[in-house]
This record gives sequence, structure tokens and C-alpha cells, in this order.
Amino acid sequence: MAKRPPDKQTSWKSSRLNDPRIRGWLAQAAVLAILIAAIVYGIYNVSHNLTKAGITTGFAFLSHPAGFDISQTLIPYSSRNTYADAFVIGLLNTLLVSLLGIISATVLGFFLGVIRLSPNWIVAKMAETYTEVIRNIPLLLQVLFWYLAILSPLPGPRAALHVGGAFFLCNRGLQIPRPIFGENFAATPLALFAAIVLAVVISRWAKRRQLKTGRPFPSLTCGLALIVAMPLIALTATGFPLHWEIPALSGFNFKGGITVLPELIALWLSLTLYTATFIGEYVRSGILAVDKGQREAAYALGHRPWMTYRLIIIPQAMRVVTPPLISQYLTLVKNSSLAVVIGYPDLIHVFAGTALNQSGQAVEIISITMAVYLFISLIISLIMNWYNKHYALRGQ
Amino acid sequence: MPQTWQPKPPTPSPSYSTGWLGWARKNLFSSPGNALLTLLSLAVLLATLPPMLRWGLWDATWLGDSRKICDSAAQDGSAGACWVFIKVRLEVFLYGFYPEAQRWRVNFTLALLGLAALPILAPTLLRGTLRQALFALAAALLMLFTFGVPGAVFTACYLLAPLALPPLLGQRPFLELFAGRLAGAITGILLTGLAALLLYLAAGQAGGGGAAGPIAVAGAVLAVFLLFIGRLTAGAWRWILLFTVYPLVGFFLLVGNVFGLPLVESHFWGGLFLTLVVAGTGMATALPIGILLALGRRSTLPVIKTLCVFFIEFVRGVPLVSVLFMASVMFPLFLPENVTFDKLLRALIGIAFFYAAYMAEVIRGGLQAIPKGQFEAAMALGWPYWKMMALIIMPQTLRLVIPGLANNVLSLLKDTTLVAVIGLLDLLGVAKASMADPEWLGFTKEAYIFAALVFWVFCFAISRYSVYLEKTYHTSQHYN
Repeated sequence: MAKRPPDKQTSWKSSRLNDPRIRGWLAQAAVLAILIAAIVYGIYNVSHNLTKAGITTGFAFLSHPAGFDISQTLIPYSSRNTYADAFVIGLLNTLLVSLLGIISATVLGFFLGVIRLSPNWIVAKMAETYTEVIRNIPLLLQVLFWYLAILSPLPGPRAALHVGGAFFLCNRGLQIPRPIFGENFAATPLALFAAIVLAVVISRWAKRRQLKTGRPFPSLTCGLALIVAMPLIALTATGFPLHWEIPALSGFNFKGGITVLPELIALWLSLTLYTATFIGEYVRSGILAVDKGQREAAYALGHRPWMTYRLIIIPQAMRVVTPPLISQYLTLVKNSSLAVVIGYPDLIHVFAGTALNQSGQAVEIISITMAVYLFISLIISLIMNWYNKHYALRGQ
Repeated sequence: MPQTWQPKPPTPSPSYSTGWLGWARKNLFSSPGNALLTLLSLAVLLATLPPMLRWGLWDATWLGDSRKICDSAAQDGSAGACWVFIKVRLEVFLYGFYPEAQRWRVNFTLALLGLAALPILAPTLLRGTLRQALFALAAALLMLFTFGVPGAVFTACYLLAPLALPPLLGQRPFLELFAGRLAGAITGILLTGLAALLLYLAAGQAGGGGAAGPIAVAGAVLAVFLLFIGRLTAGAWRWILLFTVYPLVGFFLLVGNVFGLPLVESHFWGGLFLTLVVAGTGMATALPIGILLALGRRSTLPVIKTLCVFFIEFVRGVPLVSVLFMASVMFPLFLPENVTFDKLLRALIGIAFFYAAYMAEVIRGGLQAIPKGQFEAAMALGWPYWKMMALIIMPQTLRLVIPGLANNVLSLLKDTTLVAVIGLLDLLGVAKASMADPEWLGFTKEAYIFAALVFWVFCFAISRYSVYLEKTYHTSQHYN
């Protein structure tokens, strides 16, 4: 076949601007130029505005005395401490409420997810109603409701609601006994730790033996018994070096014991109730995602329902549930910043609120605060990646 | 005589396995453990529901218009809810402190939004030109009785324009009337400029000094669509009007200071109205930005991709509260001295970019699910990137990610309450402010339960609507 003469109209050198690669680089250069110009302009404005307001930029303010008190301090703190100390206090308070919320929301969420699948109609409907009601109401509204509508109108300390004369609930918060550790108390946590290690070793050994010989071993019961018994034995052997300081009314307030702030209770309660509805949905969909055939095969092999759940359903469901569960934990940590609305002294309230207003170092403080949250979310996504690598569904 | 076999009539099922008794046996008392569970839940329900209903409904005070009625009811021993409080403050809960004489402007803006969005939201309900035209006329009539002649005329024009434009423009873009691409382009640009100039002058003459510029810009955008793109369906025109004409009308109607409307500054805005403004503008801005971010993240251009990844991951790692703090405390520092931004506008920008990152992740998930062949076919046909994305990829993607988008819309609606953190009075903020009224102290529960009910109705409606959308577009059947 004769070679076709090159088409005149489609000459390849029409214009360099039509080359997608060149266009791409031009567009990127333009975006970058605009961005850099905006950043330079912004920085210029910031330095200009700050010099006018008489604020020196930089992180030197962190070592200046903060000069304000904080209502809940997990480590010793007074208004003479520095801004850096206030930052640590706020961060610890954020971590405290997040940790409490994660634990209780997980428990309640798994409970909700399981009972939504219950064959019992009324129980399943109750769980469904709860889920549909709670997750369609803004979290902030729930926080405020618990704080302003339920906890604030509680009676004062003199008329506090109490349980057994040791726990008191009033408008100043929840008063609980404070443990006072005597001599040799350290033996008890040590025993507990040893028990946990022993339980893990036993369960590994039992699993290996079962894989080899097929003989089962009651490792769960055994481990639980160890974990309960060993600390108790240690406690008895050292002669109960543990006392409780019971809160008692003196004057207009309680003395002794630990005060749990009403802000903490309201935030913790609403984070738990709200996040649990989402966790419940993940758990439910995770269990439903396990193929029906898996359960039927397990029954056909003669597994009891409980063993079917433990050995077949839950391990497979957990692979589906864990990734959204972990990202829900991250959401909970971020949602704990709603503390600022009711005055729970979390990172945002103490640092991005009070400290910012006092020092005026807006840029530095907001950057530090955001960096902390970014760091937490980075850690959580690292955990997630690790989990996906090791446990994620394969072969799908 | 051979005996024929007569089948016995079937014995009816035992009475305990049919009817409500059978249902109860199967669903409530199938085992001893289940029976115990049923009784336990009934006990819980009996312990919680009656007191709640008694407080909220039977013992509640509904009638009257002052606090005395509630107080006397409380003294009689029936300590129910005082819904009179809500009734008296209802206007504040709905409009915030928007001046009473100007509230029709809020009503008109929201009513127009509802009427403009209905054909988009329920396409199956209003199928066919005739039905849509009738709907437009009915809407205009409704507006005539509530807002008078100008409102009705405007509504009729707005709703009929999408129907009238395609046949008026014919099947060809207007510019094909001119021979040659260059001549057409030059004519188009000249005509666009002329339209913008005429609109600018006309708006200035009619007393809309501040609005003349934006009106001219919106007119120019519309002219570009009319002249250069053409061949658009009624549905496409609805979207175009919703994103050009409607925001313009809404903004100048609500803010005022033009065409003889008095100025209502944003610190008078509040209540449910402000919540809807924040949620509505948030959705309308976050979705387009989110689409761009998702496309950027999937782009092959390294700089664009890196920037988008950094932005998305940064925003998703921080709480909205800190973004709002940044918008209210840090953002003004980055502006020149004499430039001040409205507080509401700053919050809106913060929320738009925050949710754009979440929308982008949802859309990216959808983009990954689109078969590669769709991209390749479009490129093989020589389609340019944006045309391919707009006409082939995005329609399929958005359809796929309806549940994810609906989830984001829901959390956006719930998160609008956070604007209270920087001092804006949305529904929640107004509720809180109303409780501080010395005349009405102590009705915290009522205020919050009312606000919760309003939010719940909106959120529940949106979640049902997303289920309806999923069914309409058969999302699950296509790619599963």
C-alpha cells in the first residue's frame, strides 16, 4: 500500500499551547504563583497588623506566666504557671474526656448494634428508635441540654442526691470517694499486670495446643479468674492498704473526695450517647455483612450458637467494623472540642480561648491547637493503615 | 364400588401460631430469655414514657400568652411543660431579631427557594412541560396572595424561564448563526459585554446602586450560557438560575440597602432562618469546591495534586470549632487594616471549605468506582477534560455517592449549630438567648426540646429523601 501523504490540516506543530503537558505545567505554575502571592500578602498583613497592635510574634509567650486558673487540673497547676503548662492541662483534659467517651461509646454502641439485630421485636424497635432520635439531633444541642437543662437545675450541695452516702450529685457536679493508697499498695497493680501477662501467655499456649491436638482449653475463664484473683490475693497479703476518703458536706460545699465537674459529665454523656448511635450502625452493618452461609456452615459443623458467634461471626464482622470504628474515635476526639461552649477546660477552651484572649497571639495559638489535632489524627490514621495491612479483608 | 380418595380438609394452624398471638410468640416470647427481655423492656418503657408524655403533653400548658398561666399551673401541682414560652417567642425562634416589618423578605426568599428547588428535587412529581407550566402558574398565584403582584410576576418569570428558554433558543447555540468561530466569539463577547453594561445602567437607574455590579456580573454569566453553550435542557437551566439569579435575589433581598429596601445587617439575622442560610449556602458552596478538590486529588498534575491532598487531609484532621475560631480570630489578621469582613461571611467561608474537604473525599470514592472504560471512551472520542468530567463522569459519580453526600449534608445541617461558638444567633443561639430573658427564666428544657424537634424533623426528612433518591436512581442495582 502506498504511503499516505501527510494531512495538511492536522500538522502536529499547530501550537504549543495545545500540548496538554505544556498546558498542565502552565496551569500549575499559575496556581502556585497565585498561592505564593496570597501567602506573601497575608504574611505581610499579619506582621503589619501585629506590629500595630504591639504584639511580638514568636513562641516566647509560652514561657510567660499564664495568670489564670483552670477549673479541672489533672496535674498540679496554679495561675503562676506558664502558658505552656496551661496548654498541657488543656490537652490532658481533652484526652481525658475523649478516652472516657471512647470507652463508654464503644460499649454502648456494640450493645445497640447487637440488640438491633435481636429477634425480639420490642428490643430491636427500642434500639432503632433511640438511634434515629439521637443521631438526628445536633451534638451541641445535646451537650447544652444535659448541661443547662438537666445538670444545672439540680439541687445545691445541701440537698444533693446521694447513693449510699458516698456518691453525691448536685449542681456543682458529682462527688465521688477518693482512694488513698497506703504502704505496699504497689503490689496490687503489679499483681494485676502479672495476671494479664499470664492470661495472654495461657491463651496463646491453649490456641497452639488446640491447633496441634484439637483439645480445647478454657483459656477465657482461666484468664478471667487469674485477673480477678491475683490482685485480690495481693491486696489481702499486704493487709488492705487502700482507704477511701468519703466526700462530706461542710458549710456550703463538699470537702474531700473527688469532684467530677458537671461540664465533664454533660460532655461525656452526650459524646457517649451520640457517638454510640453511629458505632451501633457500624456494628450492625458489620454483622450483617458476614455471609449467611458462614453461619449455616458453622451450624452444619455442629458449633453451638455462642461458639459460632465467637469463632465465625465476630472475627469476620470486626474486619468490617474496625476501620469506621477507628475513624469514629477520631470524630469523637474532634467533637470533644464542643467543650468550649459549656466551659469544660479542654484544649480549645483553655488555650485557643482564654490563653488567646489574654496573650493575643492568635496565629501561634491557633497553629499549635490545630497541629495537636492533626497529630492525633495522624496517629489514628497510622493505626488504621497498620490494621488494614494486617487484618483487612483479603481476596475480595 | 371403587372408593375415590377424598383428601381431608387441612387442619387450621394452631391458634397460638397465627394472628397477633402467633406474632407475639414468635417475636416477643420465643424463648425464656427473650420473654424476660420483653418484660424488662416493657418495664423500662412503662417507667420512662408515661412521665415524659405527662410532662410534655397532658400536664403541659398550651394556651395563654404570659408566664403567669404557667406559674399558676405549676402551683396547682401539675408540673408540666410550658409551651406558652415557645408560642410567645416563636417569631424570635424563626427569624431572630430581623425587623418585624421586613420579615416578608425572609419568607419570600425561602418560599422562592422552595418553589425553585421543587422541580429539581422531585423530578418524577413534575414530569412533562405541561405539568411544570401549571406548577409555575400555581406557584405564581400562591405568591400573588401572599406577597402581591411584583412577587408573583417575578416568581412566574423565574419558574417559566427554564421552560421557555430551550424552545426559544432553538436546537443550535445562538452563535452558530454567525459564520466562523472567530467572528462568532467576537460577537458573543461584544453581546455579553453589552448585556452586562445595559443591566448595570438599568439597575443603577432603578435605585440599586450597590447591586448594579453583581447584577451585571450575573447577567454576563447568563449571557455566556445563552450565547456560547446553548443546547441546554430545562433541567440544566434550572440549575443555572439557581446558582446565578437566585443567590443574587436572595442576597439583596435579605441584606437590603438597594431598590428602596432598608438595610438589615447580619447581626440582626437569627433563629431557624439563620440556620437555613448557613446550611443552604454551606451546601451550595461546599459541593462545587468539593468536586474541584476531588478532581484535583485525582489529577496527574503533581503540584495541584499535592495541594489538594494537603488541604483535604489538613481540614479533615482538625475540628470545625477550631476552623471557626481561625475564621473569626486569625483570618482578620491576614487582611489589610481597612478591610473588614462580616462575621457571618467569615463563618460561611470556614464552613464551606471545611465541608468541601469531606465532600471531596466522598466524591473521590465515587470517582474510583467509575469503570476506567468510561474515561477511556470519552478520551478516545476526543472529548476535552472538563467536558468529559461534566457530562460523562460526574453525573455517574454523583449518582453513586448519594448516600455519602446525604450524610455530609446531615452533618452540615447539625454542625450549623457551631456558629453559636463565634457568637452568631442561630436557632440554638436564639434558644439560649431566650432562656436568659428575665421574664422567662427557667424554661430551658422547653427551649431545647423545641429546637431538637425542629432539627430532628429536618434531618429525618433529609435522610428519608436520600433513601428516595437512591431508589429513584437505582444506585445499588447499577454497580453492585
